[in-house]
Amino acid sequence: MSSFQTASSAAAPPSASRRGLAALALVAALLPLVLANAYTYDVAILVGLNAITCVGLNILIGYAGQISLGHAGFFGLGAYGSAILASRYGVPVPLALLISVMGVGALAWLIGRPILRLRGHYLAMGTLGMGVIASVVLATEDRVTGGPDGMAVPPMSLLGFVVSGEKTWYWIVAAALIAAVWLAQNLIESPRGRALRALHGSEVGASALGIDPARHKLGAFVLSAVFAAVSGALTAHYSGFITPGKASFLHSIELVTMVVFGGMASTFGAVVGAAVLTTLPQLLTVLKEYEMVTLGAVMMLTMIVMPAGLVPTLEKVLAVTRRKSV
Amino acid sequence: MLLRAENLSKSFGGVAALQDVALELEPGMVHAIIGPNGAGKTTLLNLLSGVYRPDNGRIFFDDEEMTGAPHDFSAAGIGRTFQNLQVFFNMSALENVMAGRWQHERCSLAAALLRLPALARGERRSREAAYELLELVGLSRWADHASNALPYGALKRLEIARALGAKPKLLLLDEPAAGLNPTETRDIDRLIREVAARGITVVLVEHNMKLVMEVSEHVVVLDYGRKLAEGAPRSVSDDPRVIEAYLGCSA
Amino acid sequence: MLAQYLLSGVTIGAIYALVALGFAIIYNASQVINFAQGEFVMIGGMTTAACVEAGFSLPVAAAAAIVAATLVGMLLEKLAVEPARGASVVTLIIITIGASILLRGLATLVWDKKIHSVPAFTGERPIVIGSATLLPQVLWVLGMSAVAVALLYWFFNRTLTGKAILAVSHNRLAARLMGISVRRVLLISFALSAALGALAGILIAPISFTSWDVGVMLGLKGFAAAILGGLGSGPGAVVGGLALGLVESLGAGYLSSAYKDVFAFLIILAALVFLPDGLFGRRSAERV
Repeated sequence: MSSFQTASSAAAPPSASRRGLAALALVAALLPLVLANAYTYDVAILVGLNAITCVGLNILIGYAGQISLGHAGFFGLGAYGSAILASRYGVPVPLALLISVMGVGALAWLIGRPILRLRGHYLAMGTLGMGVIASVVLATEDRVTGGPDGMAVPPMSLLGFVVSGEKTWYWIVAAALIAAVWLAQNLIESPRGRALRALHGSEVGASALGIDPARHKLGAFVLSAVFAAVSGALTAHYSGFITPGKASFLHSIELVTMVVFGGMASTFGAVVGAAVLTTLPQLLTVLKEYEMVTLGAVMMLTMIVMPAGLVPTLEKVLAVTRRKSV
Repeated sequence: MLLRAENLSKSFGGVAALQDVALELEPGMVHAIIGPNGAGKTTLLNLLSGVYRPDNGRIFFDDEEMTGAPHDFSAAGIGRTFQNLQVFFNMSALENVMAGRWQHERCSLAAALLRLPALARGERRSREAAYELLELVGLSRWADHASNALPYGALKRLEIARALGAKPKLLLLDEPAAGLNPTETRDIDRLIREVAARGITVVLVEHNMKLVMEVSEHVVVLDYGRKLAEGAPRSVSDDPRVIEAYLGCSA
Repeated sequence: MLAQYLLSGVTIGAIYALVALGFAIIYNASQVINFAQGEFVMIGGMTTAACVEAGFSLPVAAAAAIVAATLVGMLLEKLAVEPARGASVVTLIIITIGASILLRGLATLVWDKKIHSVPAFTGERPIVIGSATLLPQVLWVLGMSAVAVALLYWFFNRTLTGKAILAVSHNRLAARLMGISVRRVLLISFALSAALGALAGILIAPISFTSWDVGVMLGLKGFAAAILGGLGSGPGAVVGGLALGLVESLGAGYLSSAYKDVFAFLIILAALVFLPDGLFGRRSAERV
């Protein structure tokens, strides 16, 4: 068994995932009732944006069984691509977003082919290197990108209306997240999703069934890069600003942590992971100088106590209690 | 001739696992490859399924030369099971077999992402076909269990069911009876006959001589990477060279 | 100029080699990539700086730094790695990264976020050799690194404890059956790696200063060097570290100093494409 395998459970039947999607839509629709001010809306939007990236990353890590320690690179490139097209070349934002995302997808396709030949820690290093290179380039080419201090990003305009304000962005991000989860679930429940999970289970076994490991891994890689790029571009136009730190190794680690914390091979786990680990640092800023120590301690403790991630652990606990009550 | 291989050779770091082996497999029969440990049986199987590339020699399947990766060999109609189980332990038994049907249910990434209606019909077909295969190997009651909950003997049969899902023309079985007790071995015997009855050509690599003698019609004996003898089971087991190679071990 | 670049390349390369060795030792014993390795370097440099600023002499400060780092390494193994044994590799990566964040946070609390300096071991007067000038500290870096590598070689090949560690790295179960305590081996591996990291930090601090986050990039590059040399290979770690340092220095000197960090990773990526298991990596063939 490859060293990156986890004992992931069988994919939930379609009815369960439809219920999950409905629950997500319900939460998204009702959440504004409890969001008190612009700050809470901002956190909710950040959660949604992170969740979009994590849902894509989960396809690569949780289902296809690969690893990427450089995905923030795709996030950053998607963000900067759209920002630069819009601000320097006057491309209308929805189009700039589209072009940027497609560009990142193409880049992922190009570098994915050689990189995915690596396994385990070597693949981790390869993706890590990619991410670092992307973030350094973004910080260094200051004539184009504004350098380490970042650049301003023009707002998005849809159908003639300038999109601004937390409330409007909330609905955009919520819709994008629901679409992302829908797409991801569709993939997982399809024969292609099964092929991916087969690859994760045993690459040798899968190839004996006609599943081409390289093609499928590349597909998962490109798809997850596209998700990250979409999230990056949306973040850029929402914030009105973008810095190279968004493509940093630290951000890549945050993303992987969200996926693992929520529970790999679980799309909803990825959403939960993003939700918890985006809100937590916001709560921790209260602790000021103890923020880092607490964050590190939380990361360590949760992984030691719940190595399978939050959602699978909860599922197991629920299953045990259900069995006990029968 | 379903499969023809000529001058097959394969070495690993100076050790010649297989030397100049020729093979001809007629369709619709059960063939067996036997030989002492280290004779090169699994190497031959790995060459025939594309896992290894031969240093020398060529393989022709259905009159087409076979080169490329394992998934190409599978696409051409060659299926296999593994000596060291390669079950997808992260999926249920049913899902394992459904995964076997990839070649007949392939869909594009776009179709999968958008959940095109044709996919649902394909899923139902896959599910039914997989259930049938699980019934064939006697595992239908384990269908929705996690595959890592199944006992060893069941897992060996699961791999066979999965391989059959791809509807291969040629099925390579790598020691299907290894580690099984006599009852389980009888089940494998029955299973092989069922598979052959469906018109699939079977190649069996086995140590269990009783099984080989009872179920196969054509036996190839390897020794030290070379073909030692071949023919009908009886004639091979009476061959003095074979007896010598096995030190008198004939069923 | 070339001589200068080569010299600085070998100097920083020696540091990368020490960090990479730390990665290799822990990986060999436990299959874990310790992303907190860079923090041992930081602890080495910062403890020394703090002790010197508090009035202690340099040798005492350095000794204290190594002891401190070793203790932290052992605590890390006991509190974080041992409880999580059996977890998936991704989970373990996150645990060690969490540890690195924790240690950096602690560093800002115990010390501060400022950049600190450590006095050079034998003064700052540059030595001139031909067209190159070198700081005496450079000789310390090269010399002490060589001594450390030699000691490690002796330790792993001639002492029983060292051989026990190697045994565990080859086959854990067999080692246990031979009476080797895997837990002790793990503890020693972490202690050793921490000490190595601290040594690297102490050696380089007089040249490139030290601060609470100096370990991040050093850790990443040490990891890259270990991968380049082939994960788990001691000689590979040393060769990888030196190669990385040279590439970085030559690239920064002749091509672009802004992209210094990029050269290192580009070379690693290129190398991995052609040698997916690194220079000396053990190619593990999957038995089918």
